[in-house]
Amino acid sequence: MKKNKSDLIRYLFFLSAILSIALIILISFFLFKEGTVIFKEVGFLNFILGKDWSPTNTPSSFGILPMILGSLYITLIAILIGGPVGIITAVFLVYYTKDKHYRFLKSIINLMAGIPSIIYGFFGMVVLVPAVRYLFPSNGNSILTAGILLSIMILPTVINLSEVAIRAVPRFYYEGALALGSSKERSIFKVVLPAAKSGVISSLILGIGRAVGETMAVVMVAGNQPRMPKGIFKGARTLTTNIVMEMSYASGVHRNALIGTAVVLFMIILIINLVFTIFKERNVNG
Amino acid sequence: MSKIKIKDFNLFYDNFQGLKNINMNIEENKITAFIGPSGCGKSSLLKSINRMNDLVDSCVTNGNIYFDDKDIMKTDVTQLRKEIGMVFQNPNPFPMSIYNNIAYGPRTHGIKSKEELDKIVESSLRKAALYDEVKDSIHKSALKLSGGQQQRLCIARALAIEPEVLLLDEPTSALDPISTLKIEELLQSLKDDYTIVIVTHNMQQALRISDNTGFFLNGELIEFNETDKLFTFPENEKTENYITGRFG
Ligand SMILES: Nc1ncnc2c1ncn2[C@@H]1O[C@H](COP(=O)(O)OP(=O)(O)O)[C@@H](O)[C@H]1O
Ligand SMILES: [Mg+2]
Repeated sequence: MKKNKSDLIRYLFFLSAILSIALIILISFFLFKEGTVIFKEVGFLNFILGKDWSPTNTPSSFGILPMILGSLYITLIAILIGGPVGIITAVFLVYYTKDKHYRFLKSIINLMAGIPSIIYGFFGMVVLVPAVRYLFPSNGNSILTAGILLSIMILPTVINLSEVAIRAVPRFYYEGALALGSSKERSIFKVVLPAAKSGVISSLILGIGRAVGETMAVVMVAGNQPRMPKGIFKGARTLTTNIVMEMSYASGVHRNALIGTAVVLFMIILIINLVFTIFKERNVNG
Repeated sequence: MSKIKIKDFNLFYDNFQGLKNINMNIEENKITAFIGPSGCGKSSLLKSINRMNDLVDSCVTNGNIYFDDKDIMKTDVTQLRKEIGMVFQNPNPFPMSIYNNIAYGPRTHGIKSKEELDKIVESSLRKAALYDEVKDSIHKSALKLSGGQQQRLCIARALAIEPEVLLLDEPTSALDPISTLKIEELLQSLKDDYTIVIVTHNMQQALRISDNTGFFLNGELIEFNETDKLFTFPENEKTENYITGRFG
């Protein structure tokens, strides 16, 4: 009787695991089925390397290189700012906070992770855009603005995963370094962090994944011009925003091109996750 | 001559008193052993000498420890730890190459020249009787070494910053007998140049290598004497009970 019950539970777990795998396969299948149509229509290389996106012109042109570069630059800025800030915050949480403060900070960070992106977008619109407009000669809706906003949004990911990696470094490395007369900071940055390297790098990779996929916040501050990026103070469009801005009215080839954009985005995310898995494995293997 | 003087020293972890009114002088160029049942405060006292106890929030001390007649509490802690090296119970080489393990300390204290670092690495490995075993794998990960080799590497790492005192907390308790013997021989060869303090709960080890021995019990220093005397004619009954194996 007891055995039957545990068997049942095991099947339930197995079923839910199968379900998520099946869903992934299903999503990939339909995405690729519909999304690859455009690759045949205009050619895969023309699609991803084409510099001109004018879906409603005659003749129309479907090149998404501007959006690929837009995503790339914005993500790069996000990780260049959010990465170091996140790692240093994680160090701070592990080595510089007492229990009480730790719990307070940690709950703030978890709250940050739970805030809907539209709220971040709103914050970007009313605070960051005017700030950038004020500081730099530009209209404020720019690659830089979106990068800064995303750097904030990826912080919880970077902080939480880096924290886990830093905590996993045995305390005796830290103490061994201190016992050699090394300062606290030097011990952390020269011994502890290098020992946590692969975990910290995976936190950055996941942060990159988060930034590449973000849509709603970006669309509110990035300017969204579908043209080759012209510098960080100018606007740009990302892969995600390209889809969200045009999907509602697109049809025919245009629609296929948007689904093709989603496929490219999906492939980028898959590659990022693959790299992430590789680094995580390395962490486990020491 | 005494290198370290401990005066009326008390140590607390919150309300628990770990060390009670300790007075002892640790002589220069001698090996001093701390023995006693586990939990009696040996490590606490050792870690007080290079102020590793500063890391323990609940730890409060009073009384004084003098290193070369300077109050350690009034010395810069990084400088103090440069002069008083420490080797831990479990070998803890950093997850980096043998070379970088040893060069870490000297680099910390401002040595940048590669030639100089090369020289320090080699001489430290030689002093720790490890050079011949690792000379061809000096840029390989230190974690690939055996436990005994790792512990000698930790000793080499400590020696690389040219300390005057070497503190060792049960350095051989995680090692096999042959590695233990090597480390004991090593310590004896080092004592001409360094003042050594070793915590051990192996009485044979204390007898084999130390010049002076302190016996601790429940946070008190029960007896402190030349090793031969302490083991052959203990003055205190508790010491006698302990060394004859009647408890502990
Ligand atoms: N960080 C600490 N916090 C609280 N109590 C401690 C701490 N470290 C050691 N103690 C206590 O102090 C006493 C002495 O410990 P220790 O110095 O490690 O003894 P020994 O090295 O002789 O085994 C023990 O009762 C131990 O439980
Ligand atoms: Mg101990």
